[in-house]
Amino acid sequence: MTALLTLSGVTAGYDATPVLHDVDLAITSGEFTGIVGPSGAGKTTLLRLLLGTLAPAHGTVERAPGLTLAYVPQLETVDWNFPVTVFECVLMGRTSHRLWPWPSADERRSVAQVLERLGIADLSGRHIRELSGGQQQRMFLARALLREPALLLLDEPTSGVDINTRHDVLHLLGDLNRDGMAIVLTTHDLNGMAAHLPHLVCVNGHIVAEGSPEQVITPEVLEETYGAKLEVLQHLGMPVVIDGGAPGRLAG
Amino acid sequence: METLLEPLAFGFFQRGLLVATLSGALLGFIGVYIVLRGMSYIGHGLSHAIFGGYAATQLFAAQFYVLGAGLWGIASAIAITAVSRRSRLGADAAIGVVTTASFALGVALFSKFGSAGPSFDNALFGSILGITDSQILWLLAVIALTAVAVFFRYRALLFTTFDPDVAQASGIRVGRIEALLMVILSLSILVTLTVIGVTLVAAMLVIPAVIARMLTNTFGWMLALSTLVGTLCGLVGMYLSYYAGVPSGTMIVLVGATVFLIVLGMTGARGLRRTAGMDHPTADRSRVAA
Repeated sequence: MTALLTLSGVTAGYDATPVLHDVDLAITSGEFTGIVGPSGAGKTTLLRLLLGTLAPAHGTVERAPGLTLAYVPQLETVDWNFPVTVFECVLMGRTSHRLWPWPSADERRSVAQVLERLGIADLSGRHIRELSGGQQQRMFLARALLREPALLLLDEPTSGVDINTRHDVLHLLGDLNRDGMAIVLTTHDLNGMAAHLPHLVCVNGHIVAEGSPEQVITPEVLEETYGAKLEVLQHLGMPVVIDGGAPGRLAG
Repeated sequence: METLLEPLAFGFFQRGLLVATLSGALLGFIGVYIVLRGMSYIGHGLSHAIFGGYAATQLFAAQFYVLGAGLWGIASAIAITAVSRRSRLGADAAIGVVTTASFALGVALFSKFGSAGPSFDNALFGSILGITDSQILWLLAVIALTAVAVFFRYRALLFTTFDPDVAQASGIRVGRIEALLMVILSLSILVTLTVIGVTLVAAMLVIPAVIARMLTNTFGWMLALSTLVGTLCGLVGMYLSYYAGVPSGTMIVLVGATVFLIVLGMTGARGLRRTAGMDHPTADRSRVAA
């Protein structure tokens, strides 16, 4: 268990308005972590700090030397009219220096293999808009996996996809994690997603709690994270959150 | 055949034809990146800004006007990018203020002191008269630079155009790639300005790229088609302008507009749908694909 990324005393935000305060967080090799919290709590800011696309206003972000990251963006943020095929999109993941614009035979093989692994090999020549939400998610996963990352970061990987796809994505990520890849994702879905992950970080402007779902999914922690009283039931050994008072608050 | 060969007897037409065709190709090629980034308006603004730089420089050192206008253009481009990166909302306004003020300055200086180079009308709408060897060499140099830059940075340019955030997270130096693109754009406008004209350059950045987008869903093909369409517009427009006796830029743009209408007729709603969101980079991003 070596530290891939370490945030120490980090305060960060946009235009001098801090979104996150005094964050200490370590991402270690092989872990599988969900960042949960309400909208505007700083989930995406935390993700951007980990990615290195946002510099902290205070504190330090330490990155293990030679760490390879891959990032799967939220489907909603993508320009689906952009003229690229699935193949072209996945190939973007190979950013290491190759002089020629066109793919080598080796790169073609790598793309074909990763598409095969994700079950979308037959969609290689399609335009990205012609894909379903689940297929689009797989395409971005393929692009990320092509980088052979030690750490995979995903922003809301299950928003905008149906229940079956959510299940598939969760399984796929579980497999990747068992193969040794560290995974960090953000999610607002406590029951469908977070409760199935081995490690959770609750965020609301700062880190409220960190630990396993059993440790973290408690009425006290949830109240501090979401600012609402939520009930927690046990079902088949897993915590289930009931949002009785304010429907939709968790879905935000 | 006669019609095609007759004007070629004139040296000025040969030069004009060469420059117009190469300009069409260059603007068609680079226009793909500009249009897909929703930066058409920046192209429009830059050509006007460069006009101001040109008018100002020729007052002090007429022989260096290309250099002066080029530096002015690159400075405007970098300023615009810096502003638009900080706040997307302010970009349109920044372009509007910076570039139209620069253009107004150019017009004022032109009217007051006259021009050492092309006349006012020629500068605005394009002319093939008085094209010098050095202009042709400049154009060839910029084409070579653009080809080399895109060839070696093809994937980084594509990635940053498609999704700058993920590109940056994947280790691409997005800021540098964007600066490179802005330098190429400024230089491309600068060297094509004489033939196409200040007010019409932006059209040649946009029209071929939009036509190509309507015809293909593949990025590589879009680059090739847009370059081809730009080349043809330059070539055909040049001949038509000779016979119609109108400024070269106007005919080149009108040919482009005609091709656009033909392609629109062929592809119909499907073609139009493909161009959705190209006027504004964020306009279509709130929608998830069905």
